Amino acid sequence: MDTLYGLFIAPFADFGFMQRALIGSLMLSLGACPIGVFLMLRRMSLSGDAMAHAILPGAAAGFLFYGLEILPMTIGGLIAGVIVALGAGAVSRFTIQREDASMAAFYLISLAIGVLMVSIRGSSVDLMHVLFGTVLALNDEALTLIGGIVAVTLVSLAIFWRALVAECLDPLFLRSVSRLGSPVHFIFLGLVVLNLVGGFQALGTLLSVGLMMLPAAAARFWTVRVEPMCVLAVLIGFASCVAGLLLSYHASLPSGPAIILSAGVVYFASILFGTRGILRARIIHHRHRTA
Amino acid sequence: MTNTCLTFRDLTLGYGSHPAIHHLDGTIRKGSLTAVVGANGSGKSTLMKGIVGVLKPMAGEVIRAPGVRAAYLPQQSELDRSFPARVVDLVSLGLWPRRGLLGRYTRQDRDDVSKALMAVGLGGFEKRPIDTLSGGQLQRTLFARVLLQDADLILLDEPFNAVDAKTVGDLIALIKHWHGEERTIMVVVHDLDLVRQNFPETLLLARQPIAWGETRETLKPENLLRARRFHEAWEENAPWCEPGEDAHGHGHDHDHHDHQHGVGPRAA
Repeated sequence: MDTLYGLFIAPFADFGFMQRALIGSLMLSLGACPIGVFLMLRRMSLSGDAMAHAILPGAAAGFLFYGLEILPMTIGGLIAGVIVALGAGAVSRFTIQREDASMAAFYLISLAIGVLMVSIRGSSVDLMHVLFGTVLALNDEALTLIGGIVAVTLVSLAIFWRALVAECLDPLFLRSVSRLGSPVHFIFLGLVVLNLVGGFQALGTLLSVGLMMLPAAAARFWTVRVEPMCVLAVLIGFASCVAGLLLSYHASLPSGPAIILSAGVVYFASILFGTRGILRARIIHHRHRTA
Repeated sequence: MTNTCLTFRDLTLGYGSHPAIHHLDGTIRKGSLTAVVGANGSGKSTLMKGIVGVLKPMAGEVIRAPGVRAAYLPQQSELDRSFPARVVDLVSLGLWPRRGLLGRYTRQDRDDVSKALMAVGLGGFEKRPIDTLSGGQLQRTLFARVLLQDADLILLDEPFNAVDAKTVGDLIALIKHWHGEERTIMVVVHDLDLVRQNFPETLLLARQPIAWGETRETLKPENLLRARRFHEAWEENAPWCEPGEDAHGHGHDHDHHDHQHGVGPRAA
């Protein structure tokens, strides 16, 4: 019993920074995982990755002027993300270029500017911090910010749920009954940016998209409905955060990669054992019903 | 005029600078059942898109009588069949006009969904994932959604594609039932026998209307022959259609369009 306590409870009970890390990452999962499910269903998984890179120059600008302060870096990241999302979205809507290409162009330019800005001022340690984050150094300010972002995300999802599902499932139908199609697309992109920005203090700009996509990708193997998929993604996100933080604590690993790798383990397990996974498909193949 | 559902006024719809529907004038009566026929590329689907409003006119306008709600079954639906949804989720989208973004689905709504599925012969399919449906079953599912939309104006774009004979019969019966309820219906169809048997009125299109009115009149051999001569391809260097001359068709090869059919549907 004591060893179990020592393994699983004590790290969180004894250390304030672990508690903050836990609260912060759990809150992040609550908002980011459902967003990830919709990103995946809209075949925009890699757009999420591109957006994550795109917020770097904004964060770097905040860092350049104010140092390692959460608020300026967050606001900067938000602005950069929105510019890239709207810019890429507008180019794809008003020209012949598809969104994947315009997104790639915008985020690469954005990323280059970001790296340039960080290198003007800082050492590579700073760059590492912006790129990879530190979930173990979340302060009250950061937690409040994440909490706010999660609240906004969940409320927006609750309000626009039906439109978002319709826009994914049958966009032409939605256009024929309502004008919400385009607004919902941009609101959704806004939520993506918001959640990536929320995650980058904890996980870094590169890995924050991991907590968004991996649980969603894993949940896809278990269910054929959106609602349970979102719930399952959140639960997988929770489990990955707890496992990752414990792993990071006991094995002295960096916390961000530990969390994402935990989600990666769940992902691979789901590919193999999920109800729509590889093994199940092979086994069921041999048996069928009469009708 | 109160029994007019749709009015086309000098309507030109198209893609780029090329018209797919060229200067269409005329009206669709409330409660009418019209087949829209024509060769590939003659503008049938484009007209549907124009009416429902997903394609903006290049010139002219479509005027819907006030309060008329449209339901639209597109030829190429942008439906994502890999999306994790069940039949009941897809059909429930048809509740949008009734419940909108935030309205709660009531027990009554859920019963209506079941009834709509029943009406298209898919009772008990509620929980089936949509990626397990056959093409015909999916088509019937989309019919159920149209049914649920409870619209005054129903636009069906080639609804009988890839549908077996029995199902076509069922769907025709459904369309006639709607017709009996005084709904206005326009259906794009290729099978002329089907049109002759079931549709009182027909619009024969070849970018502009060749004939429009009572089905038997419209589908006369000479009209069909004229429609068949229609040249599908765009010509990059086709002359620009100038406002002065196009309105009444002087010197154009489409000068028949604006006189003949305008009276057709009203007379019918």
